[in-house]
Amino acid sequence: MGQIQLNQVTKSFGDVEVIPPLDLTIHDGEFTVFVGPSGCGKSTLLRLIAGLEDITTGHIEIDGKDATALVPAKRGLAMVFQSYALYPHMSVRKNIAFPLRMAKMPQSEIDARVENAASVLNLKDYLDRRPGQLSGGQRQRVAIGRAIVREPAAFLFDEPLSNLDAALRVGMRMEISELHKKLETTMIYVTHDQVEAMTMADKIVVLQAGVIEQVGSPLELYRSPRNTFVAGFIGSPKMNLITGPEAAKHDADTIGIRPEHIDVVESGGTWEGTVGVAEHLGSDTFFHIHNTGLGETITVRAIGDVSLKHGDTIHLTPRADEIHRFDAQGLRIA
Amino acid sequence: MATKASRSAARLMMAPAVILLLGWMLVPLIMTLWFSFRTYLPLRGGDQGWTGFDNYVRFVTSSAFWPAVLTTLTIVLSVLIITVALGVLLALLLDKPMWGQGIVRILVIAPFFVMPTVSALVWKNMFMDPVNGLFAHLWRFFGAEPVSWLSDAAMPAIIMIVSWQWLPFATLILLTAIQSLDSEQLEAAEMDGAPTLKRFYHIILPHLSRAITIVILIQTIFLLAVFAEIFVTTGGAFGTRTLSYLIFQRVLESQNIGLGSAGGVYAIILANIVAIFLMRIVGKNLDN
Ligand SMILES: Nc1ncnc2c1ncn2[C@@H]1O[C@H](COP(=O)(O)OP(=O)(O)OP(=O)(O)O)[C@@H](O)[C@H]1O
Ligand SMILES: [Mg+2]
Repeated sequence: MGQIQLNQVTKSFGDVEVIPPLDLTIHDGEFTVFVGPSGCGKSTLLRLIAGLEDITTGHIEIDGKDATALVPAKRGLAMVFQSYALYPHMSVRKNIAFPLRMAKMPQSEIDARVENAASVLNLKDYLDRRPGQLSGGQRQRVAIGRAIVREPAAFLFDEPLSNLDAALRVGMRMEISELHKKLETTMIYVTHDQVEAMTMADKIVVLQAGVIEQVGSPLELYRSPRNTFVAGFIGSPKMNLITGPEAAKHDADTIGIRPEHIDVVESGGTWEGTVGVAEHLGSDTFFHIHNTGLGETITVRAIGDVSLKHGDTIHLTPRADEIHRFDAQGLRIA
Repeated sequence: MATKASRSAARLMMAPAVILLLGWMLVPLIMTLWFSFRTYLPLRGGDQGWTGFDNYVRFVTSSAFWPAVLTTLTIVLSVLIITVALGVLLALLLDKPMWGQGIVRILVIAPFFVMPTVSALVWKNMFMDPVNGLFAHLWRFFGAEPVSWLSDAAMPAIIMIVSWQWLPFATLILLTAIQSLDSEQLEAAEMDGAPTLKRFYHIILPHLSRAITIVILIQTIFLLAVFAEIFVTTGGAFGTRTLSYLIFQRVLESQNIGLGSAGGVYAIILANIVAIFLMRIVGKNLDN
């Protein structure tokens, strides 16, 4: 079990309100990702749920019971920190066993659970090492091991992969996703990397300045962003947001079109411009196009290796049914 | 930087300092060794030639020797325990954000800047004087008989004075160590279900072990040679005669330089035994 509900939760540090009143329900077994730009309050929200910060007003319920005043240890949640926060003077075995020892569990049970966690996370060979003798990825796994032995109601991750290199990050991303499939426990995962959010989440919560901009599945957010902020934040490369007369043609204040929804044509496209930087990835090519008369640099994805060079003229046609329209407040027009 | 030329230049330039320091240490050491094998009574006939190990035998067989060793070790050990224990507590306290933190920290460090002689005199006259001392007033306020500290409770008094002197040092080192503890570790332990005391025992104390080791090593070296605090308070009476004080008495009060020098050599040996012993026990903490 691990349903978490926030009712009208706010958080202020002194006079600064970091989180205005916020409602959110996280269902049992869901993989929820908090995503947003730096400083938007993701960590703060996670720490409120963990109990490491006191909420200023509002209520938190865990599994239907009011947990607002509970100390962190009593909430039955486990947290994985960005810095891993392993205990440097203890062996890996002792690190993983620490929460169980604090819970005064019998030694035989502790041993069994540590062994089990170690085999799930491929840590068997490292149990007697100190954290200082492990690589970043291994430390990350120890931190996760220390969380799973407690069999918590939910896992909280605060940017757990941001200290790892790109290749390892992709690997650990898969491992955490698989762990979630296996354990079917609620997980809340904080990241500012929208690729992580898209690939791992059942549900994404997009935050800006402490306000929830949109909640939904990755594809919902991709297909129908509720406002221009979400539209610009979800998807890589970013959606092209165009204002002015071109938007007015569609009866909107702003229109958005994703780079993958603009076709490169030989001639006679809707738009025309000169190629700036071309990023050749092999599988696709991203063109940054200037002088389109749309006021902005337009990013376009072409499938395969298209041989247009810097300075060439390019003709573009946006797919009409993929154009997102937004009003003056930046809200989506259905 | 590590070319041959730069290395020999470095050696050349360091030579004066090294030679000076070596001379500074070696000359007194050799003179001590030299005199310890001679009968040298400045007021009773001067240097009277070799005596072999006579001085060494006389120094250890004197009835004052073993009590002095015991007194020395008692002072060192008690002060270490008090300063480390209180130092950890104070450091924990000072680490918490509070109003006027800067001033409080300076106040805590202040005793370290007071010369031992001065601080001992202040304690003796202003706190421990059985008639006019602050303690005497305090005792009388509660209707108790004032304690004449420096005669009836001489050892506790000395230990108190010396601890007061060294507490700032311990606190300072331990405070910097506590400040280097990653707060996420404490939060992780909190989430793992460790209450305050267990967090202290399982996380903070191990983190401090290295700093505590350093405090113990450095303090031991200085505490073995405590002198001024005893000189200006009890003058070595009432069971406060340490080894260094005994040596001082042999040389200056009995005017027996040979005997005092032999005692000095014993003090060197004792200090080294204690140092090796400490290195063995606690020095392991410094390895990893
Ligand atoms: N202890 C604190 N005291 C005062 N302000 C704080 C405190 N902790 C966080 N804040 C402020 O709250 C806001 C949200 O911080 P938070 O750490 O939650 O951001 P974040 O979304 O996790 O950012 P990042 O992606 O950089 O980790 C920031 O503006 C920050 O300055
Ligand atoms: Mg953060």
